[in-house]
Amino acid sequence: MSAKGREGNGAAGTGARPPRGPSGPGAGAADAVLVGFVRALRAAGVDASTERLYAFLRAVNVLRPGVRADVYWAGRATLCGGHDDLERYERVFAAYFGPVGEPARHPVRAAPPPRMRLVMRDAPAGARAPGESEPLGPPTSTLASSAEVLRHRDVGELDAAERAQLNRLLAAFALHGQTRRSARRRPARRGDVDPRRTVRELLRRGGEPARLRRHAPVRRPRRVVLLVDVSGSMAPYADALLRFAHAAVRGGRTEVFTIGTRLTRATRELSHRDPDLAMAALAAAVPDWRGGTRLGELLREFLNRWGQRGMARGAVVVLLSDGWERGDPELLGVQMRRLHGLAHQVIWANPRKARPGYAPLAAGMAAALPSVDVFVEGHSLAALERLAAVVRGAEADEVPVAFGKGAERA
Amino acid sequence: MDDPEQVRARLEETGYLVDEGLAVTCFLALRLHRPLFCEGDAGVGKTALAAALAEALGAPLIRLQCHEGIDASQALYDWDFPRQLLHLRAAEAAGVQDADRLESELYDQRFLIARPLLRALRTQPSVLLVDEIDRADDEFEAFLLELLSEYSVTIPEIGTLRADRPPVVVLTSNRTREVHDALKRRCLYHWFDHPSFARELAIVRSRLPRVSARLAEQVTSLVQALRGADLVKPPGVAETIDWAEALAALGANEVDADLAVATLGSVLKYREDTDRARGLDLAAILSARGA
Repeated sequence: MSAKGREGNGAAGTGARPPRGPSGPGAGAADAVLVGFVRALRAAGVDASTERLYAFLRAVNVLRPGVRADVYWAGRATLCGGHDDLERYERVFAAYFGPVGEPARHPVRAAPPPRMRLVMRDAPAGARAPGESEPLGPPTSTLASSAEVLRHRDVGELDAAERAQLNRLLAAFALHGQTRRSARRRPARRGDVDPRRTVRELLRRGGEPARLRRHAPVRRPRRVVLLVDVSGSMAPYADALLRFAHAAVRGGRTEVFTIGTRLTRATRELSHRDPDLAMAALAAAVPDWRGGTRLGELLREFLNRWGQRGMARGAVVVLLSDGWERGDPELLGVQMRRLHGLAHQVIWANPRKARPGYAPLAAGMAAALPSVDVFVEGHSLAALERLAAVVRGAEADEVPVAFGKGAERA
Repeated sequence: MDDPEQVRARLEETGYLVDEGLAVTCFLALRLHRPLFCEGDAGVGKTALAAALAEALGAPLIRLQCHEGIDASQALYDWDFPRQLLHLRAAEAAGVQDADRLESELYDQRFLIARPLLRALRTQPSVLLVDEIDRADDEFEAFLLELLSEYSVTIPEIGTLRADRPPVVVLTSNRTREVHDALKRRCLYHWFDHPSFARELAIVRSRLPRVSARLAEQVTSLVQALRGADLVKPPGVAETIDWAEALAALGANEVDADLAVATLGSVLKYREDTDRARGLDLAAILSARGA
């Protein structure tokens, strides 16, 4: 695992650069070096705020002057906020202070790593003329009626203007999981007697008998976990599905992961209020648009790293994928069983399901279906609305079906 | 404790072995009065660190186990209403007339139930362990953030209580949920890796001095091999110690492949993992290290 060998790395060797306390001679210069280091760290993508910088300077100040390892560990403890930061920290530290045992090189501004950009592909049909500017969508007055038409259109077949409008509609979405009883109780008219509040009431009246106070368990929405397939075969849908995911994250307790050639947690990127900013942040964070899918392997990674530890436990887990599995379908089957054991409900939304004559014949889909509670479509706004209703706890059959072709429910 | 070396030495006296990074981080936590935020897989010694720090400092360990829905009355303080009521009744029976005095008596410190956080503020010195903070909700995190930045609480009936010497705070997280940045920023961050062979062996030897050197070495190399075997739940140091202890309890001074398989239950807790471990050539792992 990548974590191996990190221990002790850069911890040996001394005296790379003398960071002294503000009291010593040349303190300003030493601090400037440290500040420069934090800048390089920020350039590399570590979110090191001024507050963290201040903590770093204070930390170095109380440590042994000039000991490289102390500077290294002080920075690691104060500047990093999570496991993802550590790798970058390691890299920037080595670049800035030079490899272990060598005199420090002059500050190297670490360039941000090259990143893939999200390129939104327009619909296949050449809907707009070459010279035309950015599609703006129809004026608002026509929104209502065209929205109705748009609701049932396959997302993969929209032109750019329709897509822009769809994005606006998707932004209004919120996804709340079904409720569950929590350990917390709140005052209620009906329910068990609340001894604390009853006695408090008694106290207020000097011990005279008073009305019984009651409380009932609070119901909280279940966590919703979206696993969005961003592989090549899902390209026409990925953008719309991720915008759907963005709306869901804005709505509360929802976690989003993208699966392609690797698993990426996207919740933080999607928490931007503005959908376009969120999509840009996501494009920078997800390195594997358009790759193949190894659903089974990535699902296992999800379960090992996040799901098992609690994220999938009792949650409503939604897979948004066409089920094209490049890897071993049997592995996918095993991991789906594991997921089913952990989650409260497993929902699979497949954009291809609405196609006339669709049958879940792709090996991956067939292997997964026995562990899926609800199998729905995911190709249009209406289908996504329906998905949201299912996540909220509606029976799949109660919700009007967009195309009425949900025949092959397993 | 004046420098990281001393911190390391004192922790090692308690049987908790730390590497340089953790020693520096602990030293900073003590010196700068900052909470220590510990992340890493289960069983790598996050909680044990708090216990070791408490022992090294000669301070009581106060533990707050987080769970979903935890709130201030479970974490900070509460009033003992039944006793207050009893007091009221007793006073009435004794014919006490002074209503004001009676009321002020009701909110006396003796009716205050100190939950872990308040206890930690009032006990000096102390080590406060906030275990599995990722299980609590965001509101509780915000509440904790406030408490940890001031080290004081305000109880309306009594007033503000402030710790002159803030407790040493250790927060642990298993990363089931991303903890809010604002809270993390207050803390020093340390990521716990699985230890290297030599360190893990040293930990087992120091924890279980009566287990034979050979057995400790064998168990450690088996566990290290298991961690590389792509398991659902890779064993932590806690499991290594459990396993060595279990084998020692069976009277073993060394372990062969059969005995290892028979006692796998003390290390692996998933059927899939057990199957996978059985498929490994345990005898080869044992002989590779033993040779």
